[in-house]
Amino acid sequence: MKANSDETMMLRTPFHSRVAAACELNDWGTWKGYTTPRSYTDVELEYFAIRSTTGVFDLSPMNKYRITGPDAEAYLNRMVTRDVSKIRVGRVGYTVWCNDAGQVMDDGTIFHLGENDYRLCAFARAVDWMHWSALGFDVQIVDESDEVAALAVQGPTSCATLLAMGLTGLEELKPFGLASFPFEGETLTVSRTGFTGDLGYELWIVPDKAELLWDRLFAAGKPHIIKPFGSDALDLARIEAGFLQAGVDFVPAESAVRNGRSRSPYELGLEWLVDMDKPVFNGRKALQRERAEGSRYRFAMLDVDGNKPAQHSFILKDGKKVGTVTSAAWCPTAKSNVAFAQLEMPHGAVGEKLVAEIYYQRELQWTRVLAPCTVIAAPVFNPPRRRAVPPGQF
Amino acid sequence: MTDRYDVILVGAGHNGLVCAAYLAKAGRKVLVLDASDSPGGAAATREFAPGYSVSSCAQWLHQLHPRVCRDLELERHGLAWAARDIASISLDAGGQHLELLGASVEGPGVSAEDQQAYRTFHGRTARYVKLLARVFESRPPRLVESNLADRITLLKLGLGLKLLGRDDMSDLMRIVLTNMYDLMEEHFDSPQLKALLSFNSVLGSSMGPRTPNTVFGYLYQRLGEAFGHTGVSQVKGGMGALGEALAASARARGVTLRLGSRVASIDMFNGRAGGVTLASGEQLGAAVVVSNADPVTTFEQLVGYRNMETGMARRVSHVRCSGAAAKLHLALDGLPGFTGLDKAQLGQRLVIAPDMNYIERAFNAVKYGEYSASPAMDISIPTLHDPTGAPAGGHVLSAIVQFAPAEPAGGWEAASAPGGETHRQHFTRLVLDQLERYAPGIREQVVASQLLTPSDLEREYGMKGGHWHHGELALDQVLMMRPFPGASQYASGLDGLYLCGAGAHPGGGVMGLAGSNAAREIIRRGAAA
Ligand SMILES: Cc1cc2nc3c(=O)[nH]c(=O)nc-3n(C[C@H](O)[C@H](O)[C@H](O)COP(=O)(O)OP(=O)(O)OC[C@H]3O[C@@H](n4cnc5c(N)ncnc54)[C@H](O)[C@@H]3O)c2cc1C
Repeated sequence: MKANSDETMMLRTPFHSRVAAACELNDWGTWKGYTTPRSYTDVELEYFAIRSTTGVFDLSPMNKYRITGPDAEAYLNRMVTRDVSKIRVGRVGYTVWCNDAGQVMDDGTIFHLGENDYRLCAFARAVDWMHWSALGFDVQIVDESDEVAALAVQGPTSCATLLAMGLTGLEELKPFGLASFPFEGETLTVSRTGFTGDLGYELWIVPDKAELLWDRLFAAGKPHIIKPFGSDALDLARIEAGFLQAGVDFVPAESAVRNGRSRSPYELGLEWLVDMDKPVFNGRKALQRERAEGSRYRFAMLDVDGNKPAQHSFILKDGKKVGTVTSAAWCPTAKSNVAFAQLEMPHGAVGEKLVAEIYYQRELQWTRVLAPCTVIAAPVFNPPRRRAVPPGQF
Repeated sequence: MTDRYDVILVGAGHNGLVCAAYLAKAGRKVLVLDASDSPGGAAATREFAPGYSVSSCAQWLHQLHPRVCRDLELERHGLAWAARDIASISLDAGGQHLELLGASVEGPGVSAEDQQAYRTFHGRTARYVKLLARVFESRPPRLVESNLADRITLLKLGLGLKLLGRDDMSDLMRIVLTNMYDLMEEHFDSPQLKALLSFNSVLGSSMGPRTPNTVFGYLYQRLGEAFGHTGVSQVKGGMGALGEALAASARARGVTLRLGSRVASIDMFNGRAGGVTLASGEQLGAAVVVSNADPVTTFEQLVGYRNMETGMARRVSHVRCSGAAAKLHLALDGLPGFTGLDKAQLGQRLVIAPDMNYIERAFNAVKYGEYSASPAMDISIPTLHDPTGAPAGGHVLSAIVQFAPAEPAGGWEAASAPGGETHRQHFTRLVLDQLERYAPGIREQVVASQLLTPSDLEREYGMKGGHWHHGELALDQVLMMRPFPGASQYASGLDGLYLCGAGAHPGGGVMGLAGSNAAREIIRRGAAA
């Protein structure tokens, strides 16, 4: 992954040659300095590949940190909010981590690769924080973001595609499970994880073999209607599945400049990730205080009337502003108009009726609608195939 | 766990004992543990050669708070003075000495203008010192979300500033951030006077006269004046006698004192400090643990970084606490003769720091991990006032020597100094060379000598880096930022654990305020402590 200095300052992922060839729209965005497609051909078609066949997303720019050593588990347990000892070898766990003020710095996944051997995948760069956190622990921390290329392979036919590629036995892999396969003299690591809420896998490989992996995957997936997808389609899928996006639905605490702009896990609806039985972890003291004194905000998923996405809307109660929308989309599969909102307490209890103040434009004409909405309890998209072992044939 | 205590204090330094005594007075059941075999911490008297003993770390008592002395009845418990109102004499190799006590400065090299300028300067800065003293007598306000008590402290500071009057206030604001070198150049002509005041400002810190913060250091060293001290004084029996008096007072109030008991860890139970484990393996429980050890030792070694959150571990790891003061003790077979000093003058505080650049050069060395070729010194000959420290006819010379690093390259015992000497031998010789210039013939009088480097002091007294203040006394590490943001008002940032030593507000020196303020804070918090 080198910057090609004669053309651009942007970094290129190990899949770039293949991604660029497929990216008909040349709709490039930037992700941590890497040039990555927002869309390849058509956002809706890409989205439907995720939901109906197989979609492929290049997630190589993701920050990946390898943590090894006798204190690896204790180290992670002090850093993140959940109990890492419960993530067994060969399993992956989703988690958040906080600063001392109990404010979420980031969310990510912990891969328990082996005894005293973990990989942390993070949205934000965290190498400084990870090294500070290592004071007093016998661990080695290596930033292997550039040493591991990664693809998300998501959708109902993803398992069939990967089986066709020769990953025998993959159908037995449980959600959040890890498996490895030989691949051209290297190891291909596969996790049953993803950011789409669908059946899906993530593939991890050394950069040298990235292009070959892409080619094999697309050859095997051809009969299963495989398509690459960009960040726009992913955004649609993850909103439908109820996943928060760091930097969008919350400001990573250590990059928030203004006072009060960051959020605690409680304020993001992530209390299930916080294990107060652990005697020490970053943010514990502040979170204990928050539990006693109450939170400032509540995260709510809203079902919004009509079909106008409530992008950037104010949320009103009796005409008074009580919150704002952080993510919103009309979700095609669930056929519902979903919004994620940050509401001031005590608002946001399931069932509460609110109003979204939506502005939209048609042919240069701006219109304002006051759309009634309801706080819902769970994401609108959560198919059984996401969990089935083995996943069904599609 | 047999006995359960209300409070376990780690460390029987003077602040630990003060804190313990106040807590016991308020009805708490208190246990004090110290690694050392004698009470007082750095307020200690030790035998360093057969028949010769000395105040082995701190030597001058000049900041002890009178309230502490009175409340704990220290004189009734054995504290006595060998000498008081001791002046400072800046030595001159040619015998043209300068003598300073209170607002007066005398000496052949001092002009009438300088004397007048010093009187004015002294009077003005005395008002600043008084203001600082008032702020130091209570807990520091918090950085944010202050409550009423904090607002009052801030108010006192603000009001105090206001009461100083407009001229004084703007002057204080201007000078407190500057350095002694510039301030001295602004006020005086006499190189000796400028150097003596500058030397006082860098005592115990890793700074030269041109370092920012030194004006604050100077005001800090003068705090004792606001507490009623004039000059410095010498404790009968050495500083250790103060430790003994404090121990006696604490015991009389019901404190249990266990010496020779090194604490291996402060134990956390579900995120709260609830006891300690001794090096012997013995475990002791208490509702509250108070540490008199320096903050880095407390958090890094005794609590352990793993038991605190990342931000806190990081702040602890950034506390600056490299001591740069060494101590030299000489056992002499007779009274040394200093050129131009009579016997009465010999009993004063003798300073070797002829001009500001001399100190600055001495400081340069330590920036690079080396010891000064020509160090500055703060000398006492305690046996003049208290002959019990030496065999009949003998004398002791004790000197605070600046500057020396914790470890020179290769360590103090490495024989890599010129002439195949160890660094320890070499530095001792350099110090003696300097002394010889002012006291010709002294080398022949030396029966035995002891050099305590900052690392020796760390080993001997458990203070990280051998630092006088348990952590540099600089504007980013004082008041509500002492020892570091997030741990202030004697609370440590960890539930159930408090700090009461020099590393807490207001700082080091044998003063007793950190200990008494901490006790007051713990008592104030009651069951919530
Ligand atoms: C060279 C030098 C000269 C000085 N000269 C003067 C002077 O002339 N006048 C003056 O006022 N000040 C002087 N000072 C400063 C003064 O000595 C200190 O600031 C002061 O004594 C600190 O007191 P304290 O009670 O806070 O801590 P300390 O006296 O350091 O006490 C801390 C105690 O904790 C104990 N402890 C630490 N770890 C453990 C453990 N794990 N288990 C059990 N016990 C533990 C130690 O044994 C020690 O007794 C000097 C300092 C130095 C270094």
